[in-house]
Amino acid sequence: MQTKELQDIASQVRRDIVRMVHGCQSGHPGGSLGCTDVIVGLYFQQMKINNRKGKGGFLTFNMDATNEDLFFLSNGHISPVFYSVLAHRGYFDKAELATFRKINSRLQGHPTTHEHLPGIRIASGSLGQGLSVAIGAALAKRLNGEKTTVYCLMGDGEQQEGQVWEAAQAAPHHKLDNLVGIIDLNGQQIDGPTEKVMSNRDLKAKYKAFGWNVMEIKDGNDMEQVVAGLRKAKRLLGKGQPVMILLKTEMGAGVDFMMGSHKWHGVAPNDEQLAAALAQLPETLGDY
Amino acid sequence: MTKYPFTEKKDTRSGFGAGMTELGRTNPNVVTLCADLVGSLKIDTFIKENPERFIQCGIAEANMIGVAAGLTIGGKIPFATTFANFGSSRVYDQIRQSVAYSDKNVKIAVSHAGLTLGEDGATHQILEDLAMMRSLPNMTVINPCDFNQTKAATIAAAEHEGPVYLRFGRPVVPVFTAPDQKFEIGKAWMVSEGKDVSIFATGHLVWEAIQACEILEAKGISAEIVNIHTIKPLDEKAILKSVRKTKCVVSCEEHQMNGGLGDAIAQTLAKNFLAPQEYVAVDNSFGESGTPAQLMEKYGLNAATIVEKALKVIARKG
Repeated sequence: MQTKELQDIASQVRRDIVRMVHGCQSGHPGGSLGCTDVIVGLYFQQMKINNRKGKGGFLTFNMDATNEDLFFLSNGHISPVFYSVLAHRGYFDKAELATFRKINSRLQGHPTTHEHLPGIRIASGSLGQGLSVAIGAALAKRLNGEKTTVYCLMGDGEQQEGQVWEAAQAAPHHKLDNLVGIIDLNGQQIDGPTEKVMSNRDLKAKYKAFGWNVMEIKDGNDMEQVVAGLRKAKRLLGKGQPVMILLKTEMGAGVDFMMGSHKWHGVAPNDEQLAAALAQLPETLGDY
Repeated sequence: MTKYPFTEKKDTRSGFGAGMTELGRTNPNVVTLCADLVGSLKIDTFIKENPERFIQCGIAEANMIGVAAGLTIGGKIPFATTFANFGSSRVYDQIRQSVAYSDKNVKIAVSHAGLTLGEDGATHQILEDLAMMRSLPNMTVINPCDFNQTKAATIAAAEHEGPVYLRFGRPVVPVFTAPDQKFEIGKAWMVSEGKDVSIFATGHLVWEAIQACEILEAKGISAEIVNIHTIKPLDEKAILKSVRKTKCVVSCEEHQMNGGLGDAIAQTLAKNFLAPQEYVAVDNSFGESGTPAQLMEKYGLNAATIVEKALKVIARKG
């Protein structure tokens, strides 16, 4: 896919995010907007997933993901971007995005398998658990003799959870060279800048010391850099080490007044703010 | 009463190990994880015969639960093993989100449950795990009573689709159930029929209940013993059938009084058929160091206490 096409998808996903969060006056727009480019890059360019269509023209969803690449969202609060990407990728009708965080919806506040939404393979929301699950899935793929890749996205604030470091030591120990971790370095969390709340210090040095092959994507909101970075990560696999991508992003990327602050971590826009945001985001694929 | 002669004593954890050995040979999807307690969990043979299907997780139980959940995505049947304390209370949120809420086919198989862990003391003597696990939607909770039943329960857990918490213990106890039995999850086992009092027991307390039954018989009291090996789903039908006959209950478990088997039974009785109940359980206290027998006596988890509670509850029938 051309970069321009990916950028168009990202623009539509960003529109969906602000509309979804506005629609229920709840949710997390900041991190969702910041991670839009990488999740679009994964699902529309990098990942090998089953393209077979089934009932209603939607992608057939196989929980076991045999011979498919896998993605786990550990920082589940950025569910709006995940849901929008899954819908546009063809897992379910984008009209369903309107039900986000509403009663009787499959699009729960945080992703869950409980409502059987196609594309979701684990519940996440309570932070720090995704990388462990990704390790298990990567081990299963190795046991099954597959050559596929497992991706896991985490937040930088999430690095404060102890379980992340249990997982960080386990993946290199088991020489999981079919696993790519991605840390969204937006430098913000609910109570303020990550540096002030609880400094991560040098994540690159930490992961290197734990035995990961660490690489950086300097601008995680530049689609060209994202796609090139994901390709590079793939090339680094198969050499006895898992790969960790430090992905520098801007919380709120794409909506000027949501950028550069933790204020929009978990706040919904009002009607005026919604209009101002949508004016900055071209409708490329049609709103839900 | 039905007699249960026994010729040997074995630990229930060795029953688990024997079950895993068999599963290793018969089910290629079974994978075992352990958090640095291979010897204690008796899984050496499984590991020796299936080294590629064993994942050493080190002393990092939270990660182990997540890894187990991930392994199911790929068709594996993971058994995550450690001591009961570290496989329940230490990792409750991981079990809740990544296993129970996500409805993953993970088997949490844990040893050294309860007071009979002995000398290590209260830090390791989990007495709250049944309460935690039975409160989780989607979770099946099993607490077998001897070597043979534990082996059978292990095989049944692998055949069952969905999360299972399988709890067993450290000390050697009489082997009195049938070898190569078929274990039915959620189906109580009638140990001995009687008419004056229903004694519902789980885990190590089943043998104590059999001893108590003999003492009661000598006093002219006919006790019915039912083994509730599956705490959840609870065999309400078997419980109500027995209590409708005897009109009173003694529940027996190596667990806190709050939230365990006794409370599960009380809930069933409150909803269906009121009857007096006495608990043989730890009464709102932590354990301590000592030999298993000393601890079971001090905390009232033995045949003598079961007899005492049976006499008390029969007197309450009015």
